[in-house]
Amino acid sequence: MLRFITFRLLQAIPVVFIVAAATFIMCRQIPGGPFDSEKPPPPEIKRQLESFYGLNKPLGQQTLDYLWSICPKKFMPHRLFLDANNDGRADFDLKAAFGSDFGPSFKSVRSVNETIADSFPVSFQLGAMALAIALLLGIPAGVAAALRPNSWVDYFASGISMLGVCVPTFVMGPILVLVFALNLRWFNASGWFDFKDQLLPSLTLGIAYAAYVARLTRGGMLEVLNQDFIRTARSKGASEGRVILKHALRGGLLPVISFLGPAAAGIITGSFVIETIFQVPGLGRHFVTSAFNRDYFLITGTVVFYAALVVLFNLAVDVVQVWLNPKLKFE
Amino acid sequence: MNTPAAPIPNAPFVPDTAFEEAEQGTSLWKDAWARLRKNKMAVFGAGTLVFMALFCLIGPFISPYTYDAQDLNQYAKPPSAQHWFGTDKLGRDQLTRIMYGGRISLAVGICATMVSLTIGVLWGAVAGYAGGKLDTVMMRIVDILYALPFTIFVILLMVFFGRNIILLFAAIGAVEWLTMARIVRGQVQSLRKMEFIEAAIALGLSRRRIILRHMIPNVLGPVMVYTTLTIPAVMLLEAFLSFLGLGVQPPMSSWGSMIKDGAEVMEEFWWMLILPGLFLSLTLFSLNFLGDGLRDALDPKASKD
Repeated sequence: MLRFITFRLLQAIPVVFIVAAATFIMCRQIPGGPFDSEKPPPPEIKRQLESFYGLNKPLGQQTLDYLWSICPKKFMPHRLFLDANNDGRADFDLKAAFGSDFGPSFKSVRSVNETIADSFPVSFQLGAMALAIALLLGIPAGVAAALRPNSWVDYFASGISMLGVCVPTFVMGPILVLVFALNLRWFNASGWFDFKDQLLPSLTLGIAYAAYVARLTRGGMLEVLNQDFIRTARSKGASEGRVILKHALRGGLLPVISFLGPAAAGIITGSFVIETIFQVPGLGRHFVTSAFNRDYFLITGTVVFYAALVVLFNLAVDVVQVWLNPKLKFE
Repeated sequence: MNTPAAPIPNAPFVPDTAFEEAEQGTSLWKDAWARLRKNKMAVFGAGTLVFMALFCLIGPFISPYTYDAQDLNQYAKPPSAQHWFGTDKLGRDQLTRIMYGGRISLAVGICATMVSLTIGVLWGAVAGYAGGKLDTVMMRIVDILYALPFTIFVILLMVFFGRNIILLFAAIGAVEWLTMARIVRGQVQSLRKMEFIEAAIALGLSRRRIILRHMIPNVLGPVMVYTTLTIPAVMLLEAFLSFLGLGVQPPMSSWGSMIKDGAEVMEEFWWMLILPGLFLSLTLFSLNFLGDGLRDALDPKASKD
């Protein structure tokens, strides 16, 4: 297994670098530059700025420079969680941990490393809560639907979960705000200060994913429950709870697991819609605003960060899948 | 001279017409159609979609209003006999704007799905049929594109090419083909090893006939199912882009842009958010039910009951 993980990690490195190079080159092709705002600076100052950031070199040279500066030069992951400035929060400093420097941001005094360190923990917390909600709602609903296919339980669970798939977060979010924050006054409509503020955004995000989890669980469980080993377990007199928890869930959750890999990477890197609606200072909005601002290093930095997470989560998914399904082997 | 052909060694086998008819008698498609019609939710979904398409296509001709005519005396009026769905902050009729927005949303859904279908099926079929090194390279490219955040990719394309509605179709289609390519590749690969394809080759059928009569019908099922499920995903992406302000430009309307405008003023004017949201959700609902129904109907493992 160790060999499998090492091999896959080695395979992942070129993928992340190709993503980095492609994004860097691609975003440089967008018309307009970071200094062409509504009040453009005089041409000589613009030239100075460009040479300061190294934007006047040939694009190939810039790309190579960039790839070298983001390249990990050491491996001290525990440093991610140090708290050097004693503000009670982990620093999440990618430079201290891996020596990767994602460069400056043109629109903010905070560097790309600092931007990620500021906003990723927020998105991570929101995403983890949303994931927990998605699994806690989705798996029981999917199992209940699969146990009584085509009964009213099934129709109810499937209908509700379809609702979660079909009502986009940018409709669900405002509706939840309208009902729970503005009419019932249970929550603040926006902001990110205490635990209560985190409930509505994570619920909005969680419901959307709970729906997918429920549908995948239902499909996976239906497939497993028809198999011989479940009949054997039942005929041996195992209780229904034991049959489901011990025997069926193991296989029935496989589709959910393979969905969760990329989905989890997406959830914890933040959602632009949720962060805009609820005013959450997370990472998701940087994906969108950086593209509008032509903030080249921030665009590439967030994309590379996301791609690395996707790759890591997919690897984790493969490991868990082998662990759940002994028929598969590491190759 | 109609004597039955004596078996000639090495001669190509020519199937006679009786064989052909027997084959059609129990076709996959007839079974699937019968199963689909029994699925109430799928029929409901199909019916809703037909209604929605007619509503958006014909509605604007009947409506006394246009999508961009402003009437500031009718500032943000709630639903009434005059304006069934109320008016927006510029006094434009919401019902008419929803109809026009539906045209955009449905057109994006269908056109972008066609783009993604074409790229995905060709890419997957070539990779699956060729195999070997070409397959490895092609699927690695798919893996790399998978690791890119979709929305960023579309946003970069939209910012790059400008906000043009045709390019919106192409940009969305260009990022939504990856899963289709994977599905088709897997299907083609496993089909090539199936006994009935070997049997067809052994029977001496021409390659064209094998592809047309045996490969395509078997790939078509999953492709059709996934297509029905891609349309709602694409419509959602269009709504999201319009929500960002990258989709259709005012005064044109789309469901996504109407939802965005509605979300800003939902406290005072709920109908501006709820009604376009309802139409978008209902359409996505129907498409998903139809897709699920098709999947169940075309599943070869399902029994013929």
